[in-house]
Amino acid sequence: MKNSQDTNKLDHMSRPPIEYMGIDSVNGPLIIVKDVRDVGFGERVEVTGPDGAPRQGRVLSISEEAAVIEVFQGTSGLNQPDSRVRFTGRPFEIIVSRDEVLGRIFGGLGQPIDGGPAPFKGERRNINGYPINPVARAYPRDFIQTGISAIDGMNTLVRGQKLPIFSGSGLPHNDLAAQIVRQARLLTDQEGFAIVFGAMGVRHDEAEGFRRSFEESGVLKNVSMFLNLADDSTVERLITPRIALTVAEFLAFEEGMHVLVILTDMTNYCEALREVATSKGEVPSRKGYPGYLYSDLASIYERAGRLTDRTGSVTQIPILTMPDDDITHPIPDLTGYITEGQIVLERALFQKGVYPPINVLPSLSRLMSDGIGEGRTREDHRDLSSQLYAAYARARQVQRLASIIGEEDLSVTDKRYLSFARAFENRFLSQKSNEDRSIFDTLDLGWELIMLLPEQELTRVRKEEIEKYGKGNGKNSNAGNQEQPASP
Amino acid sequence: MKTDESGTPGGKSKKREGIARIVLVSGPVVKAVPAEKFSMNEMVEVGEERLAGEVIGLEKGIATIQVYEDTTGIQPGTPIFGQGLPLFVELGPGLVGEIFDGIQRPLKVLRERWGDFIHRGKIGTALPREKVWSFEPILKAGDDVSPGQRLGKVPESKGVDHFILVPVEVKGRLKWIANGGSYTLDDVIAEIESHQGQTYRIKLYHRWPVRKLRPYKERLMPSEPLITGQRVIDTFFPLAKGGTAAIPGGFGTGKTVTQHQLSKWADADIIVYIGCGERGNEMTGVLVDFPQLLDPRTQRPLIERTILIANTSDMPVAAREASIYTGITIAEYYRDMGYDVALMADSTSRWAEALREISGRLEEMPAEEGFPAYLASRLAAFYERGGQVTTLGDHRGSVTLIGAVSPPGGDFSEPVTMHTKRFVQCFWALDKELASARYFPAINYLQSYSAYVSRVEQWWGKRVGGEWKGLRSEAMEILQEDAKLQNIVKLLGEEALPDDQKRIIESARLIKDDFLQQSAFDPIDTYANPEKQYLMLETIMHFIRRLKDIIEARVPLYKAMELPVVSEIHRMKFVYKGDDPGPFKDLESRIDQEIEKILKKQASKSYTTFTTGAA
Repeated sequence: MKNSQDTNKLDHMSRPPIEYMGIDSVNGPLIIVKDVRDVGFGERVEVTGPDGAPRQGRVLSISEEAAVIEVFQGTSGLNQPDSRVRFTGRPFEIIVSRDEVLGRIFGGLGQPIDGGPAPFKGERRNINGYPINPVARAYPRDFIQTGISAIDGMNTLVRGQKLPIFSGSGLPHNDLAAQIVRQARLLTDQEGFAIVFGAMGVRHDEAEGFRRSFEESGVLKNVSMFLNLADDSTVERLITPRIALTVAEFLAFEEGMHVLVILTDMTNYCEALREVATSKGEVPSRKGYPGYLYSDLASIYERAGRLTDRTGSVTQIPILTMPDDDITHPIPDLTGYITEGQIVLERALFQKGVYPPINVLPSLSRLMSDGIGEGRTREDHRDLSSQLYAAYARARQVQRLASIIGEEDLSVTDKRYLSFARAFENRFLSQKSNEDRSIFDTLDLGWELIMLLPEQELTRVRKEEIEKYGKGNGKNSNAGNQEQPASP
Repeated sequence: MKTDESGTPGGKSKKREGIARIVLVSGPVVKAVPAEKFSMNEMVEVGEERLAGEVIGLEKGIATIQVYEDTTGIQPGTPIFGQGLPLFVELGPGLVGEIFDGIQRPLKVLRERWGDFIHRGKIGTALPREKVWSFEPILKAGDDVSPGQRLGKVPESKGVDHFILVPVEVKGRLKWIANGGSYTLDDVIAEIESHQGQTYRIKLYHRWPVRKLRPYKERLMPSEPLITGQRVIDTFFPLAKGGTAAIPGGFGTGKTVTQHQLSKWADADIIVYIGCGERGNEMTGVLVDFPQLLDPRTQRPLIERTILIANTSDMPVAAREASIYTGITIAEYYRDMGYDVALMADSTSRWAEALREISGRLEEMPAEEGFPAYLASRLAAFYERGGQVTTLGDHRGSVTLIGAVSPPGGDFSEPVTMHTKRFVQCFWALDKELASARYFPAINYLQSYSAYVSRVEQWWGKRVGGEWKGLRSEAMEILQEDAKLQNIVKLLGEEALPDDQKRIIESARLIKDDFLQQSAFDPIDTYANPEKQYLMLETIMHFIRRLKDIIEARVPLYKAMELPVVSEIHRMKFVYKGDDPGPFKDLESRIDQEIEKILKKQASKSYTTFTTGAA
């Protein structure tokens, strides 16, 4: 029992399929079928229009009189008398097995689009998954080295974390995600890792860009891609991340792999949710999004983590573009409340030519403090990053001040903060898209930069640390006390 | 509590009544007919799987039911079984150290039964029936008993004696009481004969409807601080035992870390921690940390005084609404035994959103931002369940409520924050800007307030023996002045200020960096006892007062700020525990010495200047 998540819990729902002819009304992506019997809530439905093309759907509400069904491929072309509705008697499920999903490309509903066969020999799993019992979770603590200083040094990623990238239109979030995938120490372990890529409403070239980057780094055979592209059905986007995560959970918790899940773009997902909610006539909450946006997003993001008695892990990096770069917009806002931190990209840095344009101040990794320190990264990591934060926050204030009164009139200390800010942005944050910095290089660089400030300004680091790491400037500082960082 | 009533929920031989049939399923909301079978807020079980639910509406012959579990696959026509009693919790030994979901299902048992993932359906009872407890009587047969009196006790954990109380409605004579020994929850341990001649058989546990307040004799005015070991809270915005507090803050401002700090270090006897719609990993973190951390008062593992309620954000939303009530009822139960209980709810916004979601499914008319019009009254009712009381059994007990609020976009003008502000006495506003500079706890000292300062003044005076309130106001004043000056600094820079105003800025910086800022991750700094808090502030204020002399003597301020003793002030929070005032006194005299030294130097210098000038 313990080994399988899918313990035929939905047996009560294995009624043989029933088919009805004719639908009662069509409203946006919803159809209503009257006088149905023995149909359950959430059941998967197949709708066939007069053109004979099958579409997938799901029962949204069911009463004695009628069933309301959302149709994932849209309702255009359906007519009232000739459409057939087949209630499958099962919830939305996919079939998964390791060798049938890895190295493959699927559509947004899990149908193969790479010319290969549909998976058939594996386990059937409900795509909605089940909540992980908090008692069964293992607290994530294993450091993942991404080779990116702004992340490793300041917002450390750990195995089993959900750490989204908050981006804006036109910012290089895809490059960053691809770089994380390439560098996250994946290549050291050929068997134990997998990447699950879920795309919701992304452009063809973006999806292709990811595929190429996987191919170039030679990981393609460990990747499972689920693509709902910009011109695919909107409603289908509600299903895509759930399928991707079902596969990820299977690979992690049944096959013991360490799985990195990239979901892009969550903004498109939320918009699809709003579209469906509106056509259902639901009471909207902020900006027209449904009141349950939080719970709905949580049902996706919470599907990450580690379990105490299984080896694998699911690490999530969802990407979302903040509408109008506004971090208080409901989508980034609610996401930030659920995920374990966020990596925020900033347009101003991007325009200064900083890549990756990560503004570390609003960025955060909630699991960082348990994933760093002696034995994990290095003993000085916590104090150093705290000092870098404090210094950069102060430096930004000085930058603002300088823009008012001019650099000339700044105090000597403030001038040193300004030059620190420049060095921090140009040397610490900036790196090449193929530059893979070890955590020790990142920390040493951090020390080198923080020493640009007068020593009495360094209140967050200890004297001994300044002596050992700041003044030694990286020499011998990482002498043989660390094990190698883990893969994701 | 009567003999025939206190069997296990849904007991074996009890005949079920009130069977109705489902006519509509829409997510967690289900409608059923005929409505006459049920009463309002009655607990029901749905289908053969016996999914838990509650009646939340009876209208036009149709009953509306919120189901606490996933409703996938439920069909119209499925039977619903009324339980004949409202949503209740089981109260008895076996709560402490455990983790339950929103409707009090024990998560450890769920894991044994279902594995690592939570499925649905009925599962045993909340409290273990097979576990044997050692019971020790306090009263003896023949005693007159009144409601709330302690009948006997069970050592529930090493730190907590669980008192078995006379049920609230029972008054009479103790006919019989069990001898000290081992009993299970189902054993009868006492019989009470009421004045009316009715016999009540008492077990180690009973049930209580979660939406019903547990009665007490008298409400008291909170006057004793709840010491949390967090300087910004205890010294600046103190909370009283039996008080109410809210922690609002956008994401990433440290609500959860603050809540965790409070549940670790607050000097309460029992901690009830409700993870309401939050992350699963956070509950796991508590489960991992608390058995290892020691209560600073009793030196016992923290888990031995902690009860966890977890409705993580991926668990069913209806149970989120219930989780708050489950938690507060348990808190009141321990209060009735005469304990100080602190309840942390993280986050009340998720609870409010659960109300909104259910309300939306019921197609109720929305008020502000889609929240139902009864949001304010529900919040008020929740916070009113906190308080310090004389219990029915004449003990003193308290429930302190600390609710986190997660305002969308960090905007405090949204409905949940606004209404919460009206009902709480302590408001600890978390600040995004402070958080992004990794300045923790990110409690904004200008926006926060506490109505308990004058109430707890006396206690502090007695405990630390000094002028606590005066010292506090002195420090507050500097922070206020600093806030004004910061506006100028933003425009003109610090250099533009005269030394006297720079003194304010430097003083405020000392208070902020060396007193208010506190590291949750440093083994010593994480908890500061009242003595340490007072001594630290006293030392800092001493230095600040001496800065005035510096200014008066026209010594450049930076000379004082570069004194070696300043870095000692920076370090004191990481070094001393406060048990011994010695080091702080030494520090004060070092401050005096070093200040005197530069003052003397200046005096001789100005004398020289003066004399040379004269020559």
